[in-house]
Amino acid sequence: MKLLIKNGRLVDPVGAVDRTMDILIENGKFKEIARSIKKSSGCPTLNAQGLIVAPGFIDMHTHLREPGQENKESIESGSRAAVHGGFTAIACMANTEPVNDNRSVTEYIIARAKQVGLVNIFPIAAVSKGQLGENLVEMADLVEGGAVAFSDDGHCVMKADLIRKALEYASMLDVPIIEHPEDHSISAEGQVNEGFISYRYGLRGILKAAEEVIVARDLILQERIQSRLHLTHISTAGSVELIRNARRAKTPVSADATPHHLLLNETLIQSYNPVYKVKPPLRTEADRLELIRGLQDGTIDCIASDHAPHTRDDKDKEFEYAPFGVIGLESTFAVIHDRLVRSGLLSVTRLVELLSSNPARVLGLKDRGRVKPGFPADLTIFDPKRRFKIEEKDFRSKANNCPFLGWEGQGAIEHTIVAGNMVFSRKNRV
Amino acid sequence: MKEKTFLQNHLLGIEHLSVSDIGTILETAEAFIEISTREVKKVPALKGKTVVNLFFENSTRTRSSFEIAAKRLSADLINFNSSVSSLKKGETLKDTVLTLEAMNPHIIVIRHSASGSPHYLTTFARSSIINAGDGFHEHPTQALLDALTIQQRLKTLRKLKIAIVGDILHSRVARSNIILHQKLGNEIALIGPPSLVPREFEKMGAQVYSDIRRGVKGADVVMMLRVQEERGAKNYFPSIREYRNLFAINRDIFSLAKKTAILMHPGPINRDVEIETSMADSPQSAILEQVTNGIAVRMAVLYLLKGDIHETLN
Repeated sequence: MKLLIKNGRLVDPVGAVDRTMDILIENGKFKEIARSIKKSSGCPTLNAQGLIVAPGFIDMHTHLREPGQENKESIESGSRAAVHGGFTAIACMANTEPVNDNRSVTEYIIARAKQVGLVNIFPIAAVSKGQLGENLVEMADLVEGGAVAFSDDGHCVMKADLIRKALEYASMLDVPIIEHPEDHSISAEGQVNEGFISYRYGLRGILKAAEEVIVARDLILQERIQSRLHLTHISTAGSVELIRNARRAKTPVSADATPHHLLLNETLIQSYNPVYKVKPPLRTEADRLELIRGLQDGTIDCIASDHAPHTRDDKDKEFEYAPFGVIGLESTFAVIHDRLVRSGLLSVTRLVELLSSNPARVLGLKDRGRVKPGFPADLTIFDPKRRFKIEEKDFRSKANNCPFLGWEGQGAIEHTIVAGNMVFSRKNRV
Repeated sequence: MKEKTFLQNHLLGIEHLSVSDIGTILETAEAFIEISTREVKKVPALKGKTVVNLFFENSTRTRSSFEIAAKRLSADLINFNSSVSSLKKGETLKDTVLTLEAMNPHIIVIRHSASGSPHYLTTFARSSIINAGDGFHEHPTQALLDALTIQQRLKTLRKLKIAIVGDILHSRVARSNIILHQKLGNEIALIGPPSLVPREFEKMGAQVYSDIRRGVKGADVVMMLRVQEERGAKNYFPSIREYRNLFAINRDIFSLAKKTAILMHPGPINRDVEIETSMADSPQSAILEQVTNGIAVRMAVLYLLKGDIHETLN
């Protein structure tokens, strides 16, 4: 099995490449990367002239809902959505039913992913059994079973003592702990960002402090432990500043932000449309702009979708009763490319770092996030000029709770290649 | 009765009303006050129209007020009682409303504990929606009946100082009144412990006080709010005893307001919690007039939304 990709602009930040290159793939791996590779007879060739070729995008925060909530999403539908959105790998959170807190669930997810065979799926296991915040999971066994990181995600580890032990224990295994920073005693029944808008529209608020006190707590613990700590879906300017200062003090930490926190703000909730109900909540415009600065100056390493599918009925409710979460696998690249790259706020190289090489580094996927001979041939190929419109009819996800529906712009995924296989192609042919 | 200039299809909140809309509602309400004093308290303005009272929270005064208002306009009214409703059987709000709408009502009056529920209804319902209180958000007919009461007592709605005391954070009555008096250009003082009166309310054009004496000083209207224990308000201050000591209205504090000042309360009142009992029964108290005016205001709103402009009061 061979594939030759010719004339594309290869953007590979780790290899410090940004120029037209030919790429030869053989047996699922990169074989050769060179200025010009001659076509050989019988080798399928893809002309990528005018297209940007990047190491495969990795979404390090996805909810696939399987096992347990297949009415919202499944490993199969989530895989289709991922490759449609240009992702060659996704890391899925542990809040399934049952919770991914033991090796059998991790192995089930990996086995299902292989059966579907579209996208690399890397399970993130829970930090605590049942995500209850009491007892650590069997981390070593889970890592052996294929878990790449640990997170209680929405059930932020509230006991400082437990997160301390998780960080310490995980350092032995060299895997990251991913924290969803939210002090539940502060956020409580909160629905939206607490401030003028929440007061004005009579919705219970979630203070920025609910996030920031956990960010601060974890950074203080991490200062001594020096394990691998990743803070997911950072939403406030205060969090960005805390992380920026910790990095200056050489505390090991990484962070991601979501497209919705980067491109939307709290004013949208005035419509009471539950599609804008998400945790952490959409914040103020000042927070949004600081998150973008965090992407620019390297404080924030990754963009993650926090793809959280819900059924139409789940979201078709009174705002207060609708569940939190938006989907993003199929809109993340397009909206980020159009609003942040085309507008000049981020370079293409930085985009590829944020969506590919940095998530690979944070998750410890040592042979991904770059285009190098011998590495698995995962590529995302996009047309930076082609116009897109985010429309429900195009979604492969079972869900439609996307806050970017109707958005238009430039930048469309042309081909998604996983281990040398064309798993998505806009025109459905090689 | 004059031609309608009221172009709203729903009454979701004071937010969506212009000053002229507010004036139209109050003028119409004044015209309806007289009907309630007649021996036969009925006009045919809403004859053949169906009004559904869809109440998902306990309510006596607002529900009965809408019911009486609709009946005095000759509308047919049904009460949808949530305690015996299909909601207990797991039906969604949307399905409940679609089911009711299949019976072709003209107006749905909704009270719901979730803010924004009336707005949600407008995304799929065909009826006119009246917000009879949504969560902590708005209670527009209450603010309108309060305004009518102020106008009756003080003969003006302009250049006033309105002091609102209590649990502003969880009060839809406060929000609707703040928005209304901000539109009218009145001075608004919000008084309560900082845990129940966040500073951000100043961005709504109000002054925030934690000292009731300073806040009430020079006020034309003092509106007391109920301590909403059912909304967990009690966790926001140490005890009812301390709350009463700091924020209850009594003669001593009320004397700091203007001589002509009136005392209001949306009810139900908790005597000797937020309001000294003798104050509730004093001549300055307009509490029962508020209830009476509630009917006229709700008649006005129902009429302006769906009334037949060719029907006259006589």
